[in-house]
Parts: sequence; structure tokens; C-alpha cells
Amino acid sequence: MLIAVILALAVGTYTLRLAGVILQDRFNLPSWLERLLPMAAATLLAALAATSALLDGGALAGVARPTGVLVGVFLAWRRAPFALVIVAAAATAAGLRLLGLP
Amino acid sequence: MLGVGASFGAIASAAGLPAWAPVAMSAIVFAGGAQFMAVGLIGAGNPVAAVLGGLLINSRHLPFGLALTGTFGDRRWHRLLGSHLMTDEAVAFSLAQPPGAARRRAFWSAGAAVFLCWNAGTVLGVLLGGAVGDPAALGLDAAFPAGLLALVLPSLRDRSTRAVVLLGAFVTVLATPFLPAGLPVLLALVGLVVLTLPAYRATIGPAPGRPAEACDPVPRDRPSETGEPPC
Repeated sequence: MLIAVILALAVGTYTLRLAGVILQDRFNLPSWLERLLPMAAATLLAALAATSALLDGGALAGVARPTGVLVGVFLAWRRAPFALVIVAAAATAAGLRLLGLP
Repeated sequence: MLGVGASFGAIASAAGLPAWAPVAMSAIVFAGGAQFMAVGLIGAGNPVAAVLGGLLINSRHLPFGLALTGTFGDRRWHRLLGSHLMTDEAVAFSLAQPPGAARRRAFWSAGAAVFLCWNAGTVLGVLLGGAVGDPAALGLDAAFPAGLLALVLPSLRDRSTRAVVLLGAFVTVLATPFLPAGLPVLLALVGLVVLTLPAYRATIGPAPGRPAEACDPVPRDRPSETGEPPC
């Protein structure tokens, strides 16, 4: 099952990349679609981030995880490097759990 | 990029994937956002949504390919290999160069560097992630959403993107307790339909063929991401 998912993603992604390269002489993407595709990508990623930050299998995820995410987002907003965002978010959540918060 | 790859490897291990899975993904899918998304949805138990969501995210590569006319080289294998090395970073980097030999060199060097760092980072992350025990004790569950939001943040500077994204995230969080895993994330796209279609229709009269807000003077640090010509 896992192999099938990875292969489907790989084949589909490569097809999308190659399609633009092959069609470039004959085809122009309508400007509204060109604008919509990056918006769709941002929406999906943010939606996944929001649920995994706030919820754990349908119930609220406690305090430590959302606080850690908040710290990470603040750093990202201040243009901190990606690796620092990740480490700070994880360290905050881990620290709060050490203090006994859920 | 090495750090992002390492985070991906560690997070995939924490999500319970076997070590070969993130390594294979980084080599043959080679698309950061889609890989993070797929790992999250596979972990949630919805492989179909993982594929659909990942491909939707990667659909932005289609306009990238259109924009890179003549960048790869003349041979067929240049196009076949160059397509696989197409990433946000390599595209932004090469479109910043004038067309011709300089752009070609920029694309191939950026593409190769990103590919090597991303894959080396993934292996490193899997090794580190496998070496530690409980992912929750390390706070890796907070690292995943923080990383995703860091990837999204630059595109939120655009006002209409921000509205669509916020509505979508809100709908998804509300729907998650009631719908099967993976579905609520795809439901986020209603925000796109609800908020952009009326705005687009409204502009058809005065400005045919192009939504008015596409010409907003929005500051972007990755201008080539949308492939839009400057207004």
C-alpha cells in the first residue's frame, strides 16, 4: 500500500513537471488557473498544519503542541531559518511536557 | 535545505513510516510540501487523500515548466532529467538569470544542489529520528505543523491567498472530528471556490480575462512562484 502511494505520487509529480516542459511551445495556461494553483497548494498545506497543530484524532491536542507550533510560526514570521523553526517548536513542546503540561 | 530534508526524515520516522519510505520519497517524488503532506495523511490512515493532496500541491510545477522555455538544453535527456530537478528554489534561482547560458547553468547547479542536500538531509533525519524513542517527548508532533506553516507563510503576504487559506483551515479544523481522515483537508479547497469565483466573475466585465487583484502590488520574495509577469 505504502509503495503504491509513493509510486503514484512520484509518477504523477513527474508527469506534471514534464507536461509543462513539453507543452511550453504550444500552450499557455490561463492566467486565472496560473494564479489558483499556488493558492490551492498553500490552502492544503495550511489546513493540514492547522488540524495537526490543534487536534489529535478528533479531540483537542492539549497545550504543549499548539504552544510549540505558535513559537515556531512566530520565528518563521521573523524570518528565522527553517531548521530553527522546527527545533524551537519541538523544544517548546518537549519542555512544556517536561513541566507536566498535556 | 539539508535541515529541511532532515526534518522531513525525522518527522516521517516519528509518524511510524519504515526507514526506506521517506528515503524513496525524497529520491523519486522530490517535492517537499507534497512529501510532508503525504506523510501526515498516510499517518492519519488516508492514502487516497495523500496522493490527491500531494498531486494538487505539485500542480504548480506545470506553470513552472511552461516558464522555463529553453532552459534545460537541446537534448531529449536534458528535458527528461531537468524536469525531475524542478523545484521552487531551482525555478526561482534560474528565472532570476537572463535567458540563455547563464540561466541554463543556474538551473542545473541549483537543481543538483537542492537534490543532493534534500536527499542527504532525509537520510540524516531518518537516522536521527530512528535513534530516539518517543516522538512526543521530543515535541516532534509540534515540529510538523510548524514546518508546514513556515512553508506557507511567504504566500500569505498576498491578501486574497490569506483569506482563502484562513477560511480553508477553519473549515478543516471544524470538520475533522466528524469526517473520515484526509477528507477535511481536501474540504479546505471550498475556501478557494467560495472566495475566488465571485471575485473573478466580478472582474470579467471591467477587466476581461484577468482578475483585478492579480495586479495588486504585492511584495513577494519569490516572484517566480506564481509565474506572473509584472503588471
